[in-house]
Amino acid sequence: MRTNLGRLLSGTWKHVLLIAFAVVMIYPLVWMLTRSFMPNKDILTGGSSGSAFSFDNYITGWSSLGVPFGRFLFNSMMVAILCIVGNLISCTLAAYAFARLRFRFRGAMFAVMLATIMLPFHVTIVPQYILFNHFGLINTYVPLILPKFLGVEAFFIFLMVQFMRGLPTTLDDAAAIDGCGPLRTFWSVILPLCTPALGVTAVFTFIWTWNDFFTPLLYLNTPDKYTVPMGLSAFQDSTGLSNYGALFAMSVVTLIPVFAVFLLAQKALTQGIATTGLK
Amino acid sequence: MAVALEGLKTRQVSIERRTGRAGYLFLIPWLLGVVLITLVPMLASLYLSFTNYRLGGTPEWAGLANYRRMISDPTFAASAVVTAKYVFISVPLQLGFALLVAVTLNRGVRGLALYRSVYYLPSLLGGSVAVAVLWRQLFSSDGLLPKLVGKVGIHMGSWISDPAHALDTLIVLHVWTFGSPMIIFLAGLRQIPEELLEAARVDGANAIRRFLWVTLPLLSPVIFFNLVLQLIGAFQAFTPAYIISSGTGGPANSTLFYTLYLFQSGFQNFEMGYASALAWVLFVVIGMFTAVNFIASRYWVHYEN
Repeated sequence: MRTNLGRLLSGTWKHVLLIAFAVVMIYPLVWMLTRSFMPNKDILTGGSSGSAFSFDNYITGWSSLGVPFGRFLFNSMMVAILCIVGNLISCTLAAYAFARLRFRFRGAMFAVMLATIMLPFHVTIVPQYILFNHFGLINTYVPLILPKFLGVEAFFIFLMVQFMRGLPTTLDDAAAIDGCGPLRTFWSVILPLCTPALGVTAVFTFIWTWNDFFTPLLYLNTPDKYTVPMGLSAFQDSTGLSNYGALFAMSVVTLIPVFAVFLLAQKALTQGIATTGLK
Repeated sequence: MAVALEGLKTRQVSIERRTGRAGYLFLIPWLLGVVLITLVPMLASLYLSFTNYRLGGTPEWAGLANYRRMISDPTFAASAVVTAKYVFISVPLQLGFALLVAVTLNRGVRGLALYRSVYYLPSLLGGSVAVAVLWRQLFSSDGLLPKLVGKVGIHMGSWISDPAHALDTLIVLHVWTFGSPMIIFLAGLRQIPEELLEAARVDGANAIRRFLWVTLPLLSPVIFFNLVLQLIGAFQAFTPAYIISSGTGGPANSTLFYTLYLFQSGFQNFEMGYASALAWVLFVVIGMFTAVNFIASRYWVHYEN
């Protein structure tokens, strides 16, 4: 019985199962995509009235809130790009110090850095909110972006420390003999060799900030400032439930950038998770 | 000679001092962040948890009142139960799926890269508002699933508006994102030496025994790693519950995740003292589960030396 099962699984059957499973996994996404091209009456009846493929949902969805959807996309893109820049700068600097330089309390600070990875962020949000409110920064992008410039996403510091530790220290020695100080060594020797880790950081920062709903929900309160998840949520709350087609269409629009990054950066993504266990 | 040595020594010291200072320079952004955005707010929220505080006012010392309030707060209890159910059902299921698929994909499956990508995709999308919107439609009364099940003659109704099933939809969503632990499992499986499995095969162990007695112990550090990370993450889930219930945690508090209740307390009712107390309880609970995990790991995680 057991050997039968093994043989069954090892052959073509294995592929049949794997493919069937993949179809089940992906089908909800396909369902949403096809529904986004159907008129509403067809969505409710199962889509059999034979109406042609139409972009109507995209057109109505795009402008059905007071602010066009393109605005949300633009806001999200801007926030994501600034967050990527912030993470790349702050995390590589910190990682270089932890991985390559000697200084007092390095061990203790490294331990603090690792601990902050596991820290549930809820334990800091109330005072953070009070702080940003005090400085009049509610309904600006500062609370979304500033933490990235200050290395708050310690995950990426850890990732880059791991990567830099894999580079031979003889490189640093050679650079020191050639008269390079730490800054020069960092900039011209170590950083260029870290491109894979930089890529992983950029890709994950993009996807996480693009999908992030909680932070904008806290800090942004006028529609013209909304990022994509906020826009979509507002859409669902206002007209969405009576207009599935347009809601699906806009959902598809918000998923396209993530999907594009996924296609372009698959290798970086899978390697990044495999080495550090990111989401 | 002695002079030369002396010179060398001071030179070395000066280099070390220089790198010493350089270390702090490189750390300036991170130090600012860890102090201003993490540690100080953490302590501030601990202080606020012992006060009554509304935004703009001054905190009034309230002692343990916020913590005592939790004990008699039925909504707190409901949110704790919902979160516990979600974490302890969805994480084992998700990791089980991840391991099963990883083992099936491991070694010599043609098209591995393609399968891996397809299974991984939901992990990237799973936390988004768009997928939560989709999920709400999948399980609502005229959604995909009730229709499919209806074709075989079973009446399913809308799980989203049924308090008995609303949380199930969120559990299914979490299991759907098994791709990222799966990739970590695949990387772990690749580290297992082929010779060991071959030796077990020669000794007459069948596939199931090889899995139980060779693969599983060698993979246990990776299982542990996934378990710790996924538990921590699941306790903090927020977006899908918010979107599926339009921010209410309904129907009948059945999707009121702990984080959602915290958000409502602090940022809709503006009871920031109470929200801080809720946050600290969450922090301590996650810390305890992580600690228990680490202690328990001594008994089941096998480290190769």
